Amino acid sequence: MAKADNDIITGRTYVLGDNIDTDLIIPAKYLTLIPGIPEEYRKLGSYALSGLPDEHLRFVAPGKEKSDFTVIIAGKNFGCGSSREHAPVCLGAAGTQAVVAESYARIFFRNAVATGELYPLESKQRLCDLFKTGDNIEISLKECLITNMTSGSTFELKPLGAAGPVVKAGGLFAYAHDEKMI
Amino acid sequence: MGATITEKILARAADKNSVIPGDNIWVNADILLTHDVCGPGTIDIFKDKFGVDAKVWNPAKVVIIPDHYIFTADKMAQRNIDILRAFAKEQNLPHYYDVGTPRYKGVCHVALPEEGHVKPGEVIFGTDSHTCTHGAFGAFATGIGNTDAAFVMGTGKLLIKVPETLRFILNGILPDYVAAKDIILRIIGDIGVDGATYCAMEFQGEAINALNMEERMTICNMAIEAGAKNGIMEPDKTTMNYLNARTKEPLNQVHGDKDAKPAKIHNYDVSSFVPCVAEPHLPSNYAPARERSNVKLDRAYIGSCTGGKLTDFIMAAKILKGQKVKIDTFLVPATAEVAENLLRETIDGKSLLEVFAEAGCKDIAPPSCAACLGGPEDTFGRAHGKEVIISTTNRNFVNRMGSKQASIYLASPLTTAASAITGQITDPRDFM
Repeated sequence: MAKADNDIITGRTYVLGDNIDTDLIIPAKYLTLIPGIPEEYRKLGSYALSGLPDEHLRFVAPGKEKSDFTVIIAGKNFGCGSSREHAPVCLGAAGTQAVVAESYARIFFRNAVATGELYPLESKQRLCDLFKTGDNIEISLKECLITNMTSGSTFELKPLGAAGPVVKAGGLFAYAHDEKMI
Repeated sequence: MGATITEKILARAADKNSVIPGDNIWVNADILLTHDVCGPGTIDIFKDKFGVDAKVWNPAKVVIIPDHYIFTADKMAQRNIDILRAFAKEQNLPHYYDVGTPRYKGVCHVALPEEGHVKPGEVIFGTDSHTCTHGAFGAFATGIGNTDAAFVMGTGKLLIKVPETLRFILNGILPDYVAAKDIILRIIGDIGVDGATYCAMEFQGEAINALNMEERMTICNMAIEAGAKNGIMEPDKTTMNYLNARTKEPLNQVHGDKDAKPAKIHNYDVSSFVPCVAEPHLPSNYAPARERSNVKLDRAYIGSCTGGKLTDFIMAAKILKGQKVKIDTFLVPATAEVAENLLRETIDGKSLLEVFAEAGCKDIAPPSCAACLGGPEDTFGRAHGKEVIISTTNRNFVNRMGSKQASIYLASPLTTAASAITGQITDPRDFM
């Protein structure tokens, strides 16, 4: 869906490490759900990151459809593995506004942009060792900055470039429509 | 400066004289491949964006091969097949391979070339990350999501970035105890699971030339496991022999220029390669099989797009002939054609099926993706507990085969079969 018309994202963080793959983000048994059907979209949200080992704090609390965390902080190669679009979709359905990672797997990045479900942002330095789950943060998309309000530190993000307006419009089709390409 | 094979294919598909890495170009698709897991979502977006009465851009170029969740009582999985069937009928798609009919094939990445849908020099988009398999035939092939696929379905075009090429030159003679899976696991071990992100992985050299098409497919299949956009090999006589037996349509080879400059070149002498495994939970966790002989196993699994082809079963049968497996051994042929050939192909007068049965393997399952990616609870071979598994599949992520507690070691069919006999990770040379 189209993002609010401002360039500030605020919320609490959920912190992960390197190589968060698509089986961790959405286990394959849930791929029978069709993202475009509203009820199934919400269900996908409830299963977001449910493939993580059980010692992790649940990203979406049992019985809930949305996560208490709106921004994911991660290390390298976020979203590696499958081309399943269910991965960025389930995170978006759970209320994720942005992922801030050191780097992305190509297809996840592309799917995040094409669906407009969330901003796949890259940090200039490794933030997953500097942030803790539950920290309050503020992201300025215009200034390419993320501030940890809990610790008071600010870090630089890489510009999203050509992908930014596509996410803001709500994805590939919305953008193509706005630009009168289709 | 010359262009790589990837750049030449993309330039042709974009109606341009040349392209360079980093260019964002609109390319014409030659094939759009989808299946039961991503097809329904793609169709849903296609109808939402182009209208309920919209027609696909070219029915002959949309190939739908259901393969993931076929032999299951799961109602949602069955609903998704119904959606594919209705769409194929409504759109008059000639290349829909329906479940429960003689046209059913099995794993899409093995069926696509079997049915003559892969051609050198063409652009293939598929809603599956292992679409990169088809680069083995000298095509540009890459995985995309549902939204991009819906765009292709409606327009026949997609905006893509031209990737840089990483060239892997593999020379030397491959020992008979080393398989294509050992080659690609070694490379991924060296460069890491993000070592080729956004890039084309191009494989060349006398060791590649000596491989049959199925072994070449095993290598290109796992380019995505290093993050690559596509894996690719130059078409040659082996390629053309395979394809001429599968299609009567004209085939046009595209080759890279001799003076092309890849972003990086990696040289290997495969004669020094050894049987290996990728340890849990990343395909890059390379270890020689001999150094992991202390690992006790609960299960062996031979199947999938990367490890369930006829060549994979021939390799396994050579090891299992006259032996008994010590652990549960699951065999899932990738396609109906592979399944038929298990009966036809013989070793010392016995069919592969007989060899596997005498070795004590479980009854062969019907062709599908099965437990490679877990799937519904009743999926054949799926993990449900703390199983330690050796598998010819392509991913060993946590939860990949259905259980978060399970541990998966990736290996060649030779190593997997040898390990099934001993119940521990075993170098196949012990049985050769």
